[in-house]
Amino acid sequence: MVTVAESYFFENEEVGPGETPVKRRRKKYRIWRLVVLVIAGLYFLAPLYAGFRFALQNDSGKFSFWAFSSLPSEQGFSAAFFLSMRLAIFTALVELILMVPTAIFVHLRLPKLRPVMDFVTILPIVVPPIVLIVGVLGSAPLFLKESPYLLSIFYVVLAMPFVYRSLDAGLSAIDLRTLVEASRSLGGSWIRTLWSVIMPNLRAALLSATALTLALVFGEYTMANLDGWTTMPVWIAQFQQSDAHVTLAASMALLVGTWLLLSLIVAADRSQSRRRSRKAGTR
Amino acid sequence: MTDVQDSPKPGVSPTNTSAGGASVRLEGLVRSYGKVRALDGLTLSIEPGEFIAFLGPSGCGKTTALRVLAGFERPDSGRVLVDGKDVSNVNAQKRDMGMVFQSYSLFPNMSVLDNVAFGLRMRRQSGDQRRTKAGELLELVGLGDQAIKYPHQLSGGQQQRVALARALAIEPRVLLLDEPLSALDAKVRAELRDQIRQLQQRLDITTVFVTHDQEEALSMADRVCVMSSGHIEQVASPDTLYARPTTAFVAQFVGISSRVPVQSDGKEVVIFGQRCPVRSGGTVVSGPADALLRPEDVAVEVDPQGDGFITHKSFFGATTRLVVQVGEIPVRVDVRSDAGADMALGLHVRPSIIARDVLVASRTAIDIPSED
Repeated sequence: MVTVAESYFFENEEVGPGETPVKRRRKKYRIWRLVVLVIAGLYFLAPLYAGFRFALQNDSGKFSFWAFSSLPSEQGFSAAFFLSMRLAIFTALVELILMVPTAIFVHLRLPKLRPVMDFVTILPIVVPPIVLIVGVLGSAPLFLKESPYLLSIFYVVLAMPFVYRSLDAGLSAIDLRTLVEASRSLGGSWIRTLWSVIMPNLRAALLSATALTLALVFGEYTMANLDGWTTMPVWIAQFQQSDAHVTLAASMALLVGTWLLLSLIVAADRSQSRRRSRKAGTR
Repeated sequence: MTDVQDSPKPGVSPTNTSAGGASVRLEGLVRSYGKVRALDGLTLSIEPGEFIAFLGPSGCGKTTALRVLAGFERPDSGRVLVDGKDVSNVNAQKRDMGMVFQSYSLFPNMSVLDNVAFGLRMRRQSGDQRRTKAGELLELVGLGDQAIKYPHQLSGGQQQRVALARALAIEPRVLLLDEPLSALDAKVRAELRDQIRQLQQRLDITTVFVTHDQEEALSMADRVCVMSSGHIEQVASPDTLYARPTTAFVAQFVGISSRVPVQSDGKEVVIFGQRCPVRSGGTVVSGPADALLRPEDVAVEVDPQGDGFITHKSFFGATTRLVVQVGEIPVRVDVRSDAGADMALGLHVRPSIIARDVLVASRTAIDIPSED
């Protein structure tokens, strides 16, 4: 169907045989979409291609898996990897423990505060990490300064904007108040309501919040370096001076690892949904 | 849609599905939101096993009253008594009241069976007990074959029936229904309305039903509590409420009324040149007033010299509703459809009062907020 506006717009254009103005317009849009997609793809993929290509070369420029295979045995790699992993898991846990009840409370009891929360949770993005870490390092108690988990406290702050937004979107997508009241009227305690009713319906939001936190922790360099801990990004920066092929292989492995982790989480979620639907006899 | 089963299912009987109706008393409830008084000293007693409907326009406080009763809201003052015990400070979780909400409130992550069994799980019943009882309740609402499905796989009517089964599963002392039919289409709504009423009578459970739909309230409830601006206008059986409204608000809100200006001496009024007694029980109004006439209170006779003429005509099956313009005043009149068939638009008629008395209200405007 051609709308009045469309027919007016196209009435003076020449139209090819068998081609309506609407069809022609759609074709034009398809071409533009493709162009934008190719440019965006090149923008992201070209550096990755260059990185992988370099990581898959030996010193004489020939194709080789040598940089990847030697990674685990490189000095400090395992320690850095496991430190980053510990920090990522700890940060994600603290983040969820803090932000899930907060986001639920704001949605249920203080909905008028949502715009304020939106603003407050943006602050960590606009405050440079170096400002945060330098101030705290000067005043933090010794036991915290000596622990790598001081970094997790910063990471919780840094990840807050992404986690809050993810949870906010998830909570907006469900009828939270009715679900909570239904559970409460049936005798569900707050903890039980949270665990059995709200959390399962926030699964996608929780997964994306967790994934974003993990990705952030595995990529953060400034704070870890200033605090003197060799996390993965710090190790990569330090080792770069010894062997650029190996550090690039580490970066690429991290990238692929994070991507695989996200894919696994999404796949697990989909497979659970599919199992549920199959159990219900619809697929 | 399956009808409510007439024969009791094994293990499901009025005695073991419901804990028996509890008496409820709302005493001087006041609840304000800022400057708005949602409840303004509401007092009401509900008998055990009674089905009472809160009816009123949007913002009249009916849902607030239900939420205070459920324990989701705390009153600023006043008390809620269940079986004589003050539960005003008891959490919703511990009030033992089953609630069906307006929006589909089933837990999306649980199957139909798990939804119904949720309250039983909270009461720490064993898995077998839960499954058996939830299955029985699903049979009771005609959804025994849908147990393993998930809420998104059910229609709106089916979801509300599951919500009803879930609310009944905990053997509530009071069943609370917050406009449970308003999101459904007309046919499903009528079916579910009958089903809820049959179940309520069968289980003899005290039920509070909130609605803005007078047809629902009048057809389902033992008594209807008409509310306006946070207070009760009238509580009465549906027929009394319709036939003997005590306030102009009720007369206007329940059923259809035409307002005809009259001079009242408090005992009699003259309408269409005819003397009519003023209905007793309401506020005595003297001087200029309005008579509130139901469509069935008025008859019309074809008369070329009559002072009214037909401006609108609507067919309702057995009856036809005419709008007769008498001077400046439109008067609605119900006639049998066979008689109405001969009455064309523009035809002159003579209206007369056939009711034994009429309700007279002060001429002050009564604005009934529209639900639309």
